[in-house]
This record gives sequence, C-alpha cells and structure tokens, in this order.
Amino acid sequence: MATGREVQLYLDLLSQPCRAVHILLTRTKIPHRVHSVALRKGEHRTSEFSKLNPMQKVPVLVDGGFILRESDAILKYLATTFDIPEHWYPWQPERRARVDEYTAWHHSNTRPHAAKVFMLEVLLPAQLGVPVDRRRLDRALSDLDVTLERLESMFLRRQPFLCGDDITVADLLAVCELMQPLGSGRDILKDRPQLRRWRSRVQSAVGESFDDAHAVLFAVRDRHRARL
Amino acid sequence: MNWTKVDFQMFVGVDGIGLFKYRCSQSVQPAPIGCTDWPILPGLPPGSLVSSCLVSCWSAMFVWVPGEHFGDEFGKISKIRKVPALRDGDFCLAESVAIMLYLAEKFQTPDRWFPADLRLRSRVNEYLSWQHSAIRMHGSKMLWMRLMIPKIMGIDVPKEKMDGALEDLNASLTLIEENFLQDRPFIVGDQMSLADLVAIVEIMQPLGAGLDVFEGRPKLSAWRDRVQASIGKDLFDEAHRGILGAQDSMKQLDPSKLELFKPKILRLFF
Repeated sequence: MATGREVQLYLDLLSQPCRAVHILLTRTKIPHRVHSVALRKGEHRTSEFSKLNPMQKVPVLVDGGFILRESDAILKYLATTFDIPEHWYPWQPERRARVDEYTAWHHSNTRPHAAKVFMLEVLLPAQLGVPVDRRRLDRALSDLDVTLERLESMFLRRQPFLCGDDITVADLLAVCELMQPLGSGRDILKDRPQLRRWRSRVQSAVGESFDDAHAVLFAVRDRHRARL
Repeated sequence: MNWTKVDFQMFVGVDGIGLFKYRCSQSVQPAPIGCTDWPILPGLPPGSLVSSCLVSCWSAMFVWVPGEHFGDEFGKISKIRKVPALRDGDFCLAESVAIMLYLAEKFQTPDRWFPADLRLRSRVNEYLSWQHSAIRMHGSKMLWMRLMIPKIMGIDVPKEKMDGALEDLNASLTLIEENFLQDRPFIVGDQMSLADLVAIVEIMQPLGAGLDVFEGRPKLSAWRDRVQASIGKDLFDEAHRGILGAQDSMKQLDPSKLELFKPKILRLFF
C-alpha cells in the first residue's frame, strides 16, 4: 500500500450498497475519505455528480484518476488492490466463485425485494405524503419472504457465513440490504433464527463498523417511530 | 476425439446451448448428440440430452436440461435451480456471470476476456454488476410483454405499461452507448471481453419479440458488428438462432402448455 494513498468515496449511508463499502473500508482500515452525497436532497442528480457517475447513483469510488461505480465491483476492487485479509474475497477459484455466485444472485433477489419494502413503507409515504399502499406492501413482503427462505436454504444452509466458514463481501452486501426495512422499525428477520444468528456473526466479525455505518438508518427509524 | 475424460459439465436449457458454446471459446467443434452415447452420470437429470464440444483447450459436456421441473436432483447441481449450471468434479456452480468468471480464471482463457489488470477487470465487473437490474431486466421484459404475455394470457399488455417498459429499455441502451462504450470499440477497450459478451446476449433479447433495438442507434450497431466479427459470424448466428426464431416458435406452441407461467405473470406484470 503506497503511503499517502487515500481513496475517495462518494456515498450516502442511507443507501444499502454504500454501507457495505463503508463497513469494508472502516473494518480493514483502508485509508479513505468520505464525501457525502445527500440522496434526499437530490445531490446525486446534480450535473457535477453526474460527471462522476452518469447513472446518478452511489457509491462511487475514486482512486487516483480511476473512477469506479457499482458496489459489487468496488468491494472486489478494494479487496484485490489493498492488503486486507484474503477471506473478504478469496483468491482460490472455487472459493471466489462462491462469492461471485452470491453477488450475481443478490442483484435480482435480495436487493430488489428488501429495498421495495423500505421504499413502500418509508420512502414513498415520506416523499409523496401518501399512506402506505398495503396491497403492494403485502406483495413485497411475500416476495421478500421467498428470498429469505432461499437465502437460508440455498446459500447459508449450515455454514456460518453465506459463502463458507469466513465472512466475505457477499455477507456485507446481504446484511446491509436486510437491515434496510428497519428504517420503519420492521425487523424482517424476527421469525428467522438461522438468519438472525448469521446477522449476529456478521456484526461480531465487523465490530463497531456495523453500528457506525447504520447510525443514519437508526436515526430514520427513530424519526419514523416518533411520527407514528 | 477422446471423450472419456471431460473437464467439466455445463447444464443448459435448450436456448442456452449456443450461448455457452460461444461464451467458452471461439473455436467450437460440436460432437454427436444423444443420450445413449454417454455413460449415465450420477446427478444427471432424467431425460437429458447430452452434447459435447471441444472448446479450445478443454472438453465440456453440455447437458440439456428439460425445462419442466428443476427438482431436488438438479438442485444438488444448481443451488438456485436454474440453468445454466456448471459441475467441475465435485464443485457445482450456478449464476452465468459467476460461471464465466470461474471458467476464465480456472482455465486460463485469453487475458482479454477477464483482464488480469485490476482496473480493466473492475471495468468488466462494473458492467456485469450494473446489467442485472438494467438491460437484462429491461430486455427480458420486452420479450415477456410483446411475446409471452399475449400468447399465454391471450391479451395485449396495456399501452401505458408497454410505453414505460420501452422507456426503461431505451434508457439502458443509451447508458450502454454513452457511458459503457463511449468512443471505445468495446466496453473495456480495444478488445472484446466478458462484458461485451454478456451485453450482446441481453441486447439481442428484444429482437426475439420483433423489436429492433439497433434501429436509430448507429453506435450500438457498429459495436454489435465488431462483437459479431470478434466471435465469428457463424458462431454468433448459431447462438442467436433460437432467440431470433422465438416469434415463429411461439406461434407453434399450444398456450395451454404454458399455463404454469400465469401466476408468475400476474405477480410480475399486473
């Protein structure tokens, strides 16, 4: 690691993929500087930010002149570029493939289904001032339930972590998505002891980085409760 | 050709076979197809058709998995119960992106597919990550809305929903042109990589429903021509024969056989 090298990270900790990247950076002590992009103020839609990311999304990583988007790619870049414990994204092809297998599945399963619950219960009512659409929420919760079932039976099974005996970037991506519905006070793992135990193991493995990253979400939860 | 040793098995759906032939290599020599030519391997789903390819430096057995049910036996090979799936000795893997990265790494494919240079590699990863919830979703949605839903449900999708889906698709295509390609011949640089391969197959999907996504997009068309030349026209055309013939295939299908898709359609689209 070159001395004085500090990666720049553009993020909003309300965003699940941003938290995953933030946790990896703080846990492994990769030198970095956080630039806050307030999604609720539309700062991701400014022309200045669009130069960094035309997709107008966070997180964005800047390392020297190199700009990288997509949390999946960012996590893997950090794990392979910096001298951090190998278990985060193993080098051995079969173990690495397990992580790639989960991160691919994540995009079409964990991410959309967990995010939708938060969107319907917190974001849309807050932004549009409308009550929660119960029909859509029930459907979203049902889809999420199928995803949780699959997470347990297809990935976690009897392993301590999603991809094996050690925590990987896959666990970070997953846990941050599954935390998001907590923004409305909803613990989607409350009836799932196997996933709850996994979440606790992840929290132990990353230490205080977990609560640091989730402080913003907890604040949203507290404000949401106060409103009810 | 000595077929007693196979390096790995690839489980594909009927429309996946061409895709995986050209995902693996540019020089493919198909061998005869037939169940009886092969010893029965443990874990092979019943009724599978088996084909084999000598794919550059390794031999792959392509197993065509019948589409009706991916039950427990197949679940041991593909944990997500979907095709494609790979079995390499005791190691089983699902998710096409993961499979390709594994093959590139394990079988030392030419560097340009998945470059060793970490920054170029990250560009490939960046595209592979983005595409799941963008072009892949939007391209497939077109196929469902223009072809499958009218056939299965016997109704046309409301114009408003169709217009919305088309808008999403166009936004994805524009991002591919202006952000991922820009002025480069291919997504990552001068040579074709896994990013271009994954991109082309998803972009071709709407063509299966008669929607020419290349019309009015000269940059995308030029890139498609380069991809086709890089893969080899014959292989490219063979891989896409299925999707380009989808409209004709659908005409011949009995809608009652597709009843099982109705709940999924209602859930996703209505």
